[in-house]
Amino acid sequence: MPAQIIQTNTTPFASVTIDPVTLDIIENAMRNARIEMDATLVRTAMSPGIREQGDAFPLIADPAGKMIVGQFGSFIDGFLRGFDGSIEEGDMIFLSDPYSCEGAISHSNDWLVLLPVFRAGRLVAWTAMFGHQSDIGGKVAGSMPIDARAIFEEGVRIPPVKIYARGVYNEDLIKLVMHQTRKPDWCAADLNALIASCRVAARRVDEMCARFGDDVYVSATQALLARNHRAMKALIASSVGEQPVSFEDYVCDDGVGYGPYKIKCTMQRIGDKVILDFAGTDPQSAASINFYLNENMFKMFFGIYMIMVFDPQIMFNDGFYDLIEVKIPQGSLLKPLYPAALSGRTHALGRIFDILGGLLGQRTPEFLCAAGFSSSPHLMYSGRDKAGEWFQLFQIGFGGIPGKPFGDGPDGHSLWPGFTNVPNEFLERYFPLRIERYEALADTGGAGRFRGGNGIHMSYRFLAAGTVSIHDDRWFTYPWGVNGGKPGTRARKILEKPDGSQTVVANKLDSLRVEEGDLLHFITWGGGGWGDPLDREADLVAKEIRQGLVTSEGAKSYGVVADANGGLDVAGTEALRLKMRASAAPATVFDRGGEIEELRARCKAETGLDAPKPPVWTHAIAAE
Amino acid sequence: MSYRLGVDVGGTFTDLLIIDEASGRTYRDKVPSTPHDPSEAVIAGAQALCKKAGITPQQLALFLHGTTVATNAVLEHKIARVGLIVTEGYRDILQIARSLVPGGLAAWIVWPKPEPMAPLEATIEAPERIGAAGEIVRPLDEARLRANLQRLRDEKVEAVTVCLINSYMNDVHERQIAKIVTEEMPDIPVSISADILPEMQEYERALTTVANSAVRPTVSRYVGNLEAQLQAWGSAAKLSLLRSDGGLMSAEKSRTAPVNLLMSGPAGGVAGAVFIAKNAKTPNVLTLDMGGTSTDVALIEDYQARLRRETTVGHLTVRASSLDVKTVGAGGGSIASVPELTKALRVGPQSAGAVPGPAAYGRGGELPTVTDANVVLGYLPENLLGGTFKLDRDASTRAVQTVADALNITLMEAAAGIVSIVNETMYGALRLVSVQQGYDPRDFALMAFGGAGPLHGNAMGVLMGSWPVIIPPSPGVLCAYGDATTRLRVDAQRSFNKLITQTDLAEVTAVIEEIATQVSSELEAEGVPAADQEVVFEIDVRYAGQAFEVPLVFPCHSTLDDLMARFDAEHERLFTFNLSVPQELVNIRAVALGKAANVSAEMIETGTVDASAAKLRDQKVWMDGAERDAVIYDRAKLKAGNRITGPAIICEMDSTTLVLNGHIADVDAFANILINPEAK
Repeated sequence: MPAQIIQTNTTPFASVTIDPVTLDIIENAMRNARIEMDATLVRTAMSPGIREQGDAFPLIADPAGKMIVGQFGSFIDGFLRGFDGSIEEGDMIFLSDPYSCEGAISHSNDWLVLLPVFRAGRLVAWTAMFGHQSDIGGKVAGSMPIDARAIFEEGVRIPPVKIYARGVYNEDLIKLVMHQTRKPDWCAADLNALIASCRVAARRVDEMCARFGDDVYVSATQALLARNHRAMKALIASSVGEQPVSFEDYVCDDGVGYGPYKIKCTMQRIGDKVILDFAGTDPQSAASINFYLNENMFKMFFGIYMIMVFDPQIMFNDGFYDLIEVKIPQGSLLKPLYPAALSGRTHALGRIFDILGGLLGQRTPEFLCAAGFSSSPHLMYSGRDKAGEWFQLFQIGFGGIPGKPFGDGPDGHSLWPGFTNVPNEFLERYFPLRIERYEALADTGGAGRFRGGNGIHMSYRFLAAGTVSIHDDRWFTYPWGVNGGKPGTRARKILEKPDGSQTVVANKLDSLRVEEGDLLHFITWGGGGWGDPLDREADLVAKEIRQGLVTSEGAKSYGVVADANGGLDVAGTEALRLKMRASAAPATVFDRGGEIEELRARCKAETGLDAPKPPVWTHAIAAE
Repeated sequence: MSYRLGVDVGGTFTDLLIIDEASGRTYRDKVPSTPHDPSEAVIAGAQALCKKAGITPQQLALFLHGTTVATNAVLEHKIARVGLIVTEGYRDILQIARSLVPGGLAAWIVWPKPEPMAPLEATIEAPERIGAAGEIVRPLDEARLRANLQRLRDEKVEAVTVCLINSYMNDVHERQIAKIVTEEMPDIPVSISADILPEMQEYERALTTVANSAVRPTVSRYVGNLEAQLQAWGSAAKLSLLRSDGGLMSAEKSRTAPVNLLMSGPAGGVAGAVFIAKNAKTPNVLTLDMGGTSTDVALIEDYQARLRRETTVGHLTVRASSLDVKTVGAGGGSIASVPELTKALRVGPQSAGAVPGPAAYGRGGELPTVTDANVVLGYLPENLLGGTFKLDRDASTRAVQTVADALNITLMEAAAGIVSIVNETMYGALRLVSVQQGYDPRDFALMAFGGAGPLHGNAMGVLMGSWPVIIPPSPGVLCAYGDATTRLRVDAQRSFNKLITQTDLAEVTAVIEEIATQVSSELEAEGVPAADQEVVFEIDVRYAGQAFEVPLVFPCHSTLDDLMARFDAEHERLFTFNLSVPQELVNIRAVALGKAANVSAEMIETGTVDASAAKLRDQKVWMDGAERDAVIYDRAKLKAGNRITGPAIICEMDSTTLVLNGHIADVDAFANILINPEAK
């Protein structure tokens, strides 16, 4: 049974015609309220994951749950369908179980707070925010065990419950939840921060209603949805073809030896409507890399990509949802069956964006961007420092932004909105660590007329023995280049002992014991290149040698001959470029650095790691 | 007899103000600015004003100056080529920055790759390492550093920055390197991060110190010119510059730490507003400084402008204290447009600027601007008092009609819509400094100044519920008042980073005494004897684990218990909750202030309630959805006690005040116009 919303005043809101000026004023005020939600969260949260890295997502929705402002789109309708209780004034909902909200959030680490906003007995809005908790218990520190075979191994699972019921705080509930985590102090502060953010937004909605009238406010939200619907309809008609277009990409492995896993999506327009069909995507994994993808969330991803690629002036909200239909096969990597493990969903989540880019750009390659998403590379390091105090670090890494039609990809930046790195001085002050190197590694960005951004080479010197977990991808498949651009280089992790001996370690692993004095080289992906590297200005390549972003050797990929100080050999460059042009194979739209079987064959020699074995899926049924 | 001279250099005018320190009497003037070398107008204007007032250059004791020379250097990218020296392994510190791509999901597609302020090819590494506790992990290899410096010579850098990891805990290597650079490259100014910003966070510290280096040659040249010209004129006045935080700094200090001048311009306006607020006996004021392209807003509480720990100029944000001024791209020149796909009405941030300007100016502008909307509504009379140019009402009508057509509404509705939207943008900024900081705007008055502020001030008062709306006399020259009336200021800080459970009052007091001695002797060196100084202390506090700290004043003889209680209260006010984890004392800061000027504002003649003697003519205006009769007044003829009923327009040389329907404007003894709702 769906959620029952109890309103003491059941008079429907009157539909009011809104003049364009009032509409713009309300839209602007809502945008400000959303910015204020972010600011409140960042200032009060405590775990570095939320506080410094901004791993949290706000929204304000209409009474039906449609997002008016926010960024990942609304999932409230999924929650409403799945919640079998009543919702009334003074309630606040808290949840973390993906299976009880149709994937509104996609792993148990994300805690979601939902606040229904009432005025004079009527529901006028929802405010919501979710954020990634650094630890929610379970078998490993950080609560994202790579080898988990069911969600029960991934820490505390919270079905939709009320933190506040009719204004009364449920202290026992929070006590119970906090008892499950290794970091109750962080979780308590972060949960408070999520609540404070939702309350700030609710207050702003209340003020807007008071200023304009409840009917005007609600009508304005509907007009904003309609405005977006209109704009997106025009954009879809002009940018999406009726011929089906497919694109596929891979998650490299599942961390327990199998891979790659294919994600495939086919896009076509039928009339006004875009159909996005994931038929052909591999079945779910026995381990934790499954990504429970909510259809509405994917609609939002799609809409935002359309807008960014074709017309960044449009403000996005949920208004266009009925213009899109998303089909995801049950039991696939993107719609795993309960109780499949979900904690490692970051890789498939990242890959979804590369797929969107590949899909949208095929008809108009001039708008195509190269690949860049590895995932959110995670590093976890925990143990006891010399004073015997427990420490636990959860850090998200960054890499190369892809080359794009409008220019080079930045080096060592975030593809996720609002994410920032943690200052290394902060890490060194509060954790037994020394960061000995923090650089944009030369030549890791794919060559192209517009270069892919370089990945980051970060070296952690451990000053206390402890346990390390790593979650990364794009170590086996390449971040592809487009329109003649070359792929970026792949991710690598190397453990160096104090004697200088080095071991390549896996990009997905748990429970790596490290000793005091060990050095971990955490190297992330480089962005793919855009366009023919031979068209890049030779002077710019030479300058980038002086800047340490490209080496003299790496310059050869651009057909540029220059010494280690960036001294350009003009004649040599011309000759080399002529020769390379003559022998070049005809450029394809995508350069993936080789077919999967070729990558498998070269894997050990190139990466130092065994190739993943092709997945077998007997367990997919077992999970039911 | 001694005098102080305040000079504020704006884009169009340079404003000057001389104050007789004994009597408080003032002399004012306004001369055209000389952008090619701003010091020309400063000196020429000062000479003319002294002559007019019968003051000899020898009688000027203090020369107090607000300047945008550092700001413009950044905005126009006329900055020095900076060489950067960092710890080995950190060459890309500015290239990687904080890894943040601004904007929402997929914004990276349209975000251009930024270039660091210190070029990467002019960034070198120093073989050394300091640990997180300040211990030397690896001593500096001087020989290798000297060899690496060749790169900076080859790259022809004009200034050098040194920023090493953990130097906020121990600056020995930074100082060692500065010494070596000075030996090897004697003509190049060196800035070290431990001097400019001794606090945690390597990227912010590096960027702030690089920004300091980048504007150093420009500021140094400018200050040198001024001093030379002052000397040639025969004045021995001590030159001080207005800092971004509203305090004054000596010319000498400004040449080594010019990063503190980046917001000198807006600080002058706010400092001037504080001066007016004191005269009007209104301790709590929101300021609205609206110009042609942008608007600055700030909050003054108990005659003090709020400070923040960063300064933003264009795309550059550095960690230097500044008055908490929010700037939005909304001004008289902001352009209105209606995008094809959404049919929404947008105003700004694009501006018609001075050229071509609003359509009304008849300089070739055709796009509708806020000024045009005001002209169409009748708020800006066509013949500005004393104005040299006439507004072209027909051109404004044509421009605004394009918006009306696109939205299918009437001309007047479109004009009123443009004004409403631009007001809404400023409303958003005012809320940022008030409501969103936990203040109730109804407890504040609103002071509107700048060229366009008085036209929109009344409407902003309605939106904010802030009364009265104060329009100061000569709203365009408020900055010079600010320059002349603020105090010398020196500050210093230490990273402390200790939990309340790990420290005690004795340890905190020891740090306080150390930095107190430092700032106090620095201020004494600037000519303020210890007896005339006021030293205050601040401690930044947060809950252990948070990244955002709350700065709190720490009075003498106060206790840590009291500080913690005040922190909890402030956290509750800002964020609605407290936590049961220990608080962390992050930074300790000392601020030494010089003596305040004893200046009172000029009074005007007292009249009666009747303002009809100042009436110029009648005017039709469109207001609240209807055409209404308004009266235009000449501000110069208004007397204290006069009362004007809205709708009314009050004209003066550099500004126009609009009084809305249902509101009343009173003139006070200092010539301020105070607007209130009729019912109040």
